[in-house]
Parts: sequence; structure tokens; C-alpha cells
Amino acid sequence: MTETVIRSASQARRFSVDMRTLSPFIALIVLIIAGTLINPDFLTASNLLNVVTRSAFIAIIAVGATFVISGGGLDLSVGSMAALIAGAMILILNRMGGADVGTLAMGMGAALALGAVCGLANGLIVTFGRIEPFIVTLGTMGIFRSLVIWLAAGGTITLRNADLREIYRPAYFGTIAGIPVPILVFLVVAAIGAVLLYRTSFGRHVIAIGSNEDVARYSGVPIWRVRTLTYVIQGICVAIAVLVYVPRLGSATPTTGLLWELQAITAVVVGGTALRGGIGRIWGTVAGAVILELVANIMVLSNFVSEFLVGAVQGAIIIIAMLVQRSFQRGR
Amino acid sequence: MRKTTLRLAAAAGLLAGLATGAMAQDKKNVTIGVSIPAATHGWTGGVVYHAQEAAKQLEKTYPGLKVVVKTSPDGASQANALDDLTAQKIDALVVLPFNSDELTDPVRAVKKRGTFITVVDRGLKDPAIQDIYVAGNNPEFGRVAGKYMVDNLKSGNVVVFRGIPTVIDEERVSNFEKALEGSGVKVIDKQYANWNRDDAFRVMQDYLSKHPKIDAVWASDDDMALGVLEAIRQAKREDIKFVLGGAGMKDMIKRVMDGDKMIPADVSYPPAMIATAMNVTAAQFFTDAPMRGTYVLNAQLITKDNAKEHYFPNSSF
Repeated sequence: MTETVIRSASQARRFSVDMRTLSPFIALIVLIIAGTLINPDFLTASNLLNVVTRSAFIAIIAVGATFVISGGGLDLSVGSMAALIAGAMILILNRMGGADVGTLAMGMGAALALGAVCGLANGLIVTFGRIEPFIVTLGTMGIFRSLVIWLAAGGTITLRNADLREIYRPAYFGTIAGIPVPILVFLVVAAIGAVLLYRTSFGRHVIAIGSNEDVARYSGVPIWRVRTLTYVIQGICVAIAVLVYVPRLGSATPTTGLLWELQAITAVVVGGTALRGGIGRIWGTVAGAVILELVANIMVLSNFVSEFLVGAVQGAIIIIAMLVQRSFQRGR
Repeated sequence: MRKTTLRLAAAAGLLAGLATGAMAQDKKNVTIGVSIPAATHGWTGGVVYHAQEAAKQLEKTYPGLKVVVKTSPDGASQANALDDLTAQKIDALVVLPFNSDELTDPVRAVKKRGTFITVVDRGLKDPAIQDIYVAGNNPEFGRVAGKYMVDNLKSGNVVVFRGIPTVIDEERVSNFEKALEGSGVKVIDKQYANWNRDDAFRVMQDYLSKHPKIDAVWASDDDMALGVLEAIRQAKREDIKFVLGGAGMKDMIKRVMDGDKMIPADVSYPPAMIATAMNVTAAQFFTDAPMRGTYVLNAQLITKDNAKEHYFPNSSF
């Protein structure tokens, strides 16, 4: 969890930055205590594992979003992209028809390739078209979403081969040494992301572009290449999330991944990454994704919130969690 | 059921033709415009499928009939689509409106040109506009499901999945609860899961953590039922006797047909109601039988015995 942030020069600044880095984890601990007080069933291993496993999709996507956002960009298309990749992957698996690991590997490879291509498209349009990423990805969001509706003819795309589904099922439901596979996947993705962002020149370039594009350009950072690559990383992360998503229900529908983009962006911001770019925190993002899922879980487990008010209480908890974080930063 | 309507209509037309002798059916040219939402989720996907199938069938049954099916992705485009259809000089319009508020005036404008209007599922704000109204029965949808719970459980704990906060959802859930009143069956929890598989999976996982004993699940929708089943399977819980969905998705009907223990029944809310509406509208022009009125389709309990009638393997839904 070592994080280098470019702007932390003095000793005092460094300390405050550390508090900022820690605050999402403090919010996480506070939520866990609150959850336990509300319902003792909350603190069971099975419940917590369920929640963290469920947060895997958003966490993996949000790791990619951390790159895009800390580089000063934005990607609204991730939810639709996830639906499209899931749909395409299932159709490819159905077409190949086999029920063996080789078929599965081909399908997974195709999904990763498609994710990279979707991300590349976003990145190239943003950099070469010189259009606001908000507009570009809003456009591709619509395009990806309609493509999946078209592929599904409005219905559901289902993995038809039952044997193949059983082979693939452990990718979501299986465990290695007691830890569910999706959790391992998102830890690995986050670790790779952390190394990439904090330990490589590419990562430093991303942060540099995000803090000040002109300065970065004059310093010789290849702007378009770095920026395009952040979108490609985002695309690959979406594809990895899909690889864990598909085995869960074995299907994709036109509503798959709806509003995931908002959840991913929220996770990134709750984790301490600046929405305007220039600061990126991978592990904070992971904590943010788990926080979002925990809040939803606590809502269902609590007995005193009417189902009509769940959304309001959820929103309030997220705002309060952010306020608590901020107060920690000011206190130092 | 659709076929019987069709045959009846055809027979009536034939009789009328014989009786008057002068009514030469094949000389008559009628155009029916059909305006429906585009396939944005499973159920509307079913509507599109059944509308297209019915169009083909009707054109074969009634020579001289032309059916134009137009789908629209949202309310505003549906209003535009109505203009396009009127420009093609339609004699009748079958419309499943996106929402009542936005489309009441556009449909009224079509009516003013002397077009025969059939409204399906979501009613307009001014019922005087429609000549025929065909709809599913949401209160009954809840009632039938509730009665099934009472008949099969006698007593026990039920968890409820709500859809998206709408009038439809409210009518279904309140009537479900009314049907349980006075019985030993108790609703121990209800949450919104937005008629969405992923949300239902998540809520069911949480229900399973929270409640040590659940006897049955009212998923109230087939998409949500699929998410629920996956969560139960993961938790390896044996206490849940069955899951009751709704709407009549082909995968679920298949399970009912095959005698799946967890899915012993389903409640219909057929997207094929668009076909009913088109049949009745066509009959208005090609038969002498009176057709104007309101048709409320029953929310039927689908069990192993009648599942075959509700199974459309070629539909996308």
C-alpha cells in the first residue's frame, strides 16, 4: 500500500497525504462497525465474503477508471461495454459449441480483445478527434448498449451449453484456499494496477497529464499515446470484470451493467482519486467499491428502513462517509 | 388461445360474407398501423416478436389487409412514429404507448383523422380516445400469486421482490399481500430489485444472510427468479420450497413443463396481448361482429398441465 503522489514534497504535506490515503479505509471500518450494530448477521464470514465478491465487478472496472480519471479523462461507456462484451462472449461460446477448457479460453481471449478494441476506440476518438471524453463516451455508451440489444433481439443472451456452464461456474462461485475467485482476481488486478500507476514511467505520465496537460506536453510526455492507453486499460479491465460476471448467471440482457459507470466513478472518487485528475489511488478505489456494496448490503439487512427509502438512506450514508473523510484531512 | 380467436374471427367473417352475399372480402383494402416500444428489455422484446408474427398471420387470413409494425425507442420517437404511420393513410392504429401522459395527445390527433384506435397495456389519460382497450391484469397478477402461496404453503415465511417503483408494481404487490391476509403465510421482507437479474441475485444473497428460514420466494418476475435461483444454489439452502416468478419467459415455462421442483408454476402476463389486440382490430374491419370494448386478459396460473399453451420457443422472451 505504498503510494507516491507527485505533489507531496514536504514532510508535513506527506503526513496529510497519508491521512487522505487512509481515510477510505477508516470509512470502511466505521461502516463495518455500524453494520454489526444494526444486525449481528452482518459480521458472518459468509455475508462479508458475499459482499466483497459482489463488489468485484465494480472494483475491477473502477481500477481501470482510476487510470482514466487520474489522467484527466472520463469513461461513461463502461456499463454498456460490459453488457456488449458479455453478450458477444456468450454468443461466441454458443457458436463454438464445445464444452471444454479450450473453448472457454478462446471465448475469454475474444472478450479481452473486444474490451481492448472498445477502449482503443474511445481513446482514439478522444485524442485524435479532440472531443470531450464526456461526449465521446456518452456516444459510445449508446452505441454499445444498442449493439447488445440488437444482438439479443431485445431478449436474453444465454449460455446454452449446460456442461460448459458447469466448467465455467467456479470462476465466480469457486474458492482457492477459502477465498472466492472473484476476490482473488480483483486483488491481482488492483496489484498490477498499483504497480503500473506508482512504479512505472507510464503511471507518472498519466498523473502528469492529469495535473497539467500543457506542462506534461512541454516536458515531452507523449500525450496522445498515454491517454489512449488509459482507455485501453479501462477496456481490458471491463473485459476482466465480464470474465467473472458471465459465470454467475450465464446470461446477458439489455439491462446488464446498467449504471455501472456511475458506480465505478463513485468508487474511484470515494477512494480519494481527484475527479479533475492528477491524483490516483488504486487501493482507495478498491475500498470505495467495497464501501458501495456494503452500504447496499446493510440496507437490506436493516429492519427499520422502509424499502421506499433505501435509495435516500444509501445516498446519505455515502455523503456522510465523504464528509467524515474530509474532516480527517482538515484536522491534520 | 390466439388461434381460437383467429378462427372465430375468420368464421364470423365467412358467415357474414355468406349471409350478405354482396360483401366481397377480398376486394376490401385495410391498413392497420401498429406502434410499439422497441425491444429494450425482455418483455418488450416479446411484444415485438408477437406483433410481427401476428402481422404475418393476419395478412394471410384476410386478403387485402396490410399491417405496418413500427417500433420506437422512447416516448418522443413514438409520437413521431405515429405521424409517419398516419402519413401512410392507416385505417386503424394499434398502440402500446410508452407512457400515458406523453402519448395521449399524439394518439388523440390520429383519432381526429377518423382512425380506429386500439390501445394496449398502458391506458391513455383520456379513455374516450380508444375504441378498443386490451390490457393485462396487474391486481389479478398479484392475487393469483398470493393465492398460489396460500394454497401450497398453508403457513410459512415468504420474501418478496418488487420491480421498479411504478403503479404496475404497486398494484401487484398490494394485491399479493391482500391475498395472504388471514392465512398463515407471512411476508417477512420486501425490497426493490428493478426487474433485474443481477439486483435480484444480490438481494437474495442478503435475504439468505438475514433470514434463517424462508419457505418460499415471490420473485414476481421471471428475470428476477433466475437471479434468485442462482443465489439459493450458491448458499446450498434447503429450506426454500419454491420460487414463483411471473410474466411467462420461455425458459421458465420450460422448467414448469419439465416439472422442476423449485419452479412449480408461473403467472402469465403475456406480451402476446399485442397479438390479441391486432386480431380484434382486424376483426372489426373484416367481420360484422361487434368488437368495440375493453378486453382484460386474465393473469393465469401456469402449471405443468397448461404450460404447453404458454410456450413459444421461437420468441426471444
